[in-house]
Amino acid sequence: MAQHDTSPDPTVQPPPPPGLPVLSVHGLQKTFGAVRALVDGSIDLFAGEAHALLGENGAGKSTLVKILAGVHRPDAGAIYIDGRRTVLDDPGAARDAGIAIIYQEPNLFPDLSIAENVFMGRQPLRRGRRIDTSAMHDKVAAVLDRLGVRLDPGRISRGLSIADQQIVEIAKALTLDARVIVMDEPTAALSAIEVERLFRVVRSLRAGGAAVLFISHRLEEVYTLCQRVTVMRDGAHVVTKPINGITSDEIVRAMVGRDVVNREAGTRRQGGQIVLDVQRLSREGDFADVTFQIRAGEIVSLAGLVGAGRSEVACTIFGIERRDAGSVAVDGVPLKSGSPDVAMAAGVGFVPEDRRQQGLVMSMSVAGNIALASLARLRRHGLIRSSVERTFAADWAARLQLKYGRLTDEVSTLSGGNQQKIVLAKWLSRAPKLLIVDEPTRGIDIGTKAEVHRLLLDLADSGVAVLMISSELPEVLRLSDRILVMREGRLVAEFSGAEATEEGVVAAATGQHVVASA
Amino acid sequence: MSLSLHRQDTAASGSAVVENPRRLVDTIFRIREFGIIAVLVGFVAITTALQHRFLEAQNVKFILLDATIFALLALGETMVVVSREVDLSVGSVLGISAYISANLFGQFHGIPIPLVFAVGIAIGVVCGTVNGAITAVGRVPSLVVTLATLYIIRGIDVLIVGGGQVVVSSLPDSFVAIGQSTLAGIPDVTIAVAVLIAAGAYYLRSFRSGRELYAIGSNPEAARLAGIPTAKRIFTSFVLSGAIAGLAGVVWAAYYGTVDSTAGTGYELTVVSAVVVGGVAIFGGSGSVVGAAFGALLLETINTALYVLGISAFWDQAIAGFLLICAITLDHGITLTLTSALRRRSPRGA
Repeated sequence: MAQHDTSPDPTVQPPPPPGLPVLSVHGLQKTFGAVRALVDGSIDLFAGEAHALLGENGAGKSTLVKILAGVHRPDAGAIYIDGRRTVLDDPGAARDAGIAIIYQEPNLFPDLSIAENVFMGRQPLRRGRRIDTSAMHDKVAAVLDRLGVRLDPGRISRGLSIADQQIVEIAKALTLDARVIVMDEPTAALSAIEVERLFRVVRSLRAGGAAVLFISHRLEEVYTLCQRVTVMRDGAHVVTKPINGITSDEIVRAMVGRDVVNREAGTRRQGGQIVLDVQRLSREGDFADVTFQIRAGEIVSLAGLVGAGRSEVACTIFGIERRDAGSVAVDGVPLKSGSPDVAMAAGVGFVPEDRRQQGLVMSMSVAGNIALASLARLRRHGLIRSSVERTFAADWAARLQLKYGRLTDEVSTLSGGNQQKIVLAKWLSRAPKLLIVDEPTRGIDIGTKAEVHRLLLDLADSGVAVLMISSELPEVLRLSDRILVMREGRLVAEFSGAEATEEGVVAAATGQHVVASA
Repeated sequence: MSLSLHRQDTAASGSAVVENPRRLVDTIFRIREFGIIAVLVGFVAITTALQHRFLEAQNVKFILLDATIFALLALGETMVVVSREVDLSVGSVLGISAYISANLFGQFHGIPIPLVFAVGIAIGVVCGTVNGAITAVGRVPSLVVTLATLYIIRGIDVLIVGGGQVVVSSLPDSFVAIGQSTLAGIPDVTIAVAVLIAAGAYYLRSFRSGRELYAIGSNPEAARLAGIPTAKRIFTSFVLSGAIAGLAGVVWAAYYGTVDSTAGTGYELTVVSAVVVGGVAIFGGSGSVVGAAFGALLLETINTALYVLGISAFWDQAIAGFLLICAITLDHGITLTLTSALRRRSPRGA
């Protein structure tokens, strides 16, 4: 990058952007088959501004981003760069026009090194058009340093956590020296500290004259980072305003077209009998000496930074990962190490963090995915009748208010929120005693998020024990009866839902203060 | 701040956790390159212990020459396989190139040998262009495309050759000498092919278009988003594979002398086996041409060793099949081990 300043950024709000927009799109339209994904995509981006683009899933944000990326060609409408009409034929053309995209889902080359992932297709060259590997590694090391992460540029990217994969995507965009940077939910997988680092980088990009288009479902972030906001709904532009001229209620109303009542956590339940009993659970290198219990009807959250070992604990309880020491029991029945079968038989359901890779069979139908964990029950003489499967799936789809075309559609065609509902339906249909949910609302729009929250609360009311992992503190605070905080592989604090505050949890998670441990 | 603390803590207190996977990972990387050589050395040692004549100069020369043709084909095949495609037509391309090029000597007396090589390569380029165009532009899976061209090219070969054949006596001595001359006991052809393979390895490692083949094989969608001209790259890899198969045909003719319509039949399976045994991932993204060449050498060594030891040729194919399964299982195992080792090595975990 041209600018490397890490000095504090100007916190003053910039004046209304003067002059010509760097990027301007007007009346973009795009139709896929019968679906009108984009009806009126319009936005102006000025140099030096961070501009939020908000809308529910299906509002057309992703299609707009893909048009800017050169992946899709619009059916109608125009793209202007510096006032000149431009056609973005392919991703290379978008890149050459100075547009960099950070996609919501990291999309890396697992067999290649981090450095190659960052520079693929535009590696620095030395004499004879050969790739200058050491220069490439140095540049990537410098960018990673700027992002404040310690990753070896020469390491292959297979096995990177989602957060690290996202970091690699961000590094890719930063090395492009782009004038327009589109960030499609870059913070979804990041911990609070990494988000703060990313924001610092965004501010220095702005100071360097770049325009940032920032897409997020977290309104707090938008208010922290952005100067202007554009809301889209049903494929069309709804409103563009300076951020200090619009309240979050107005934004939400513009997004959903109606008022959304954020359900406050109801009366805190008294827990029933102990469902999950975890004793001194340890796994070398990931976490150690984790002991806690969850009672029937309780929602217990594991809070902490990404990498604190929360997901690893969940995977070990469910048996995807083996444990080195300790015990796990459900309803008094001990679970075997490394055996999800036993955990499922004991009544444990698991909604994983990465729903595309771990939660769903993307190429299978809606019905097939919903029925997947219940095939043993649906079986007659060893055969699955598709009519039985469909009836079963239709029932659960209705209960969860799933929005889909046909039950035979591939789940990959559904929005993120509806995909998550399918994962939930898959497990709920097994009537679990314990449901483990890892980042249940990551990348899900506000409307669906509220539905998932209500679902989890109803579930707890019906006596299911819920173990939730979430990096979104408001969600944790709203839903949890108890909050367990992990740091560096250990449980360091416990809060009751009533006494927990955002500051207290963050302090415990980052170790900034000594917090009385439970 | 606390993240970096975390990392230092892990490094300081849990050095066993951090160090072991690192060593493990490094070792595995080395095994990927050298494991095949270890198997090769072991096989040669056992065979030589049982039958001392195995390492005689003449025998080594035969092994090297046979392996050279497969290693050459494997060079082109690797470029195709790393980009998640496959070229099954190489045996047929070799066959038609061998016949047409060798037949030139009978048709045009005194034709310069370099021109014959050029014709052979040109035939390969034509075949590779057809494969590449249908795969990259027509977006038909290459498994189907090259399976079809395997039969089509062989059919054309049979039409041209009929029941005839080219015999050694019709070939000029200088052409036949190409397959016979040696330098310090190593056939000249082997040295030339080794140089080609080294060049291929350097190209795949150090040039953008070479790395892009790996990128396409590793994640085609991400390759497209990175602005890589995937169709063009895949097309080029098929043309290269075809050209190399055409070249191999001329070498084959010089080495064997007698060419009929069955030349190179079934070679595609040996070549794909060699590539996979040599550590190239069948679904693309990783592997090297050097590994593939050693894969070819290993298969050929086993072939000859069994013959020398007086074991039925049936076992040759059985063992090749067994090795293939070992290679694929090992590859899968390595990937899993590597993934979990890297997860643990990664300071934040998964």
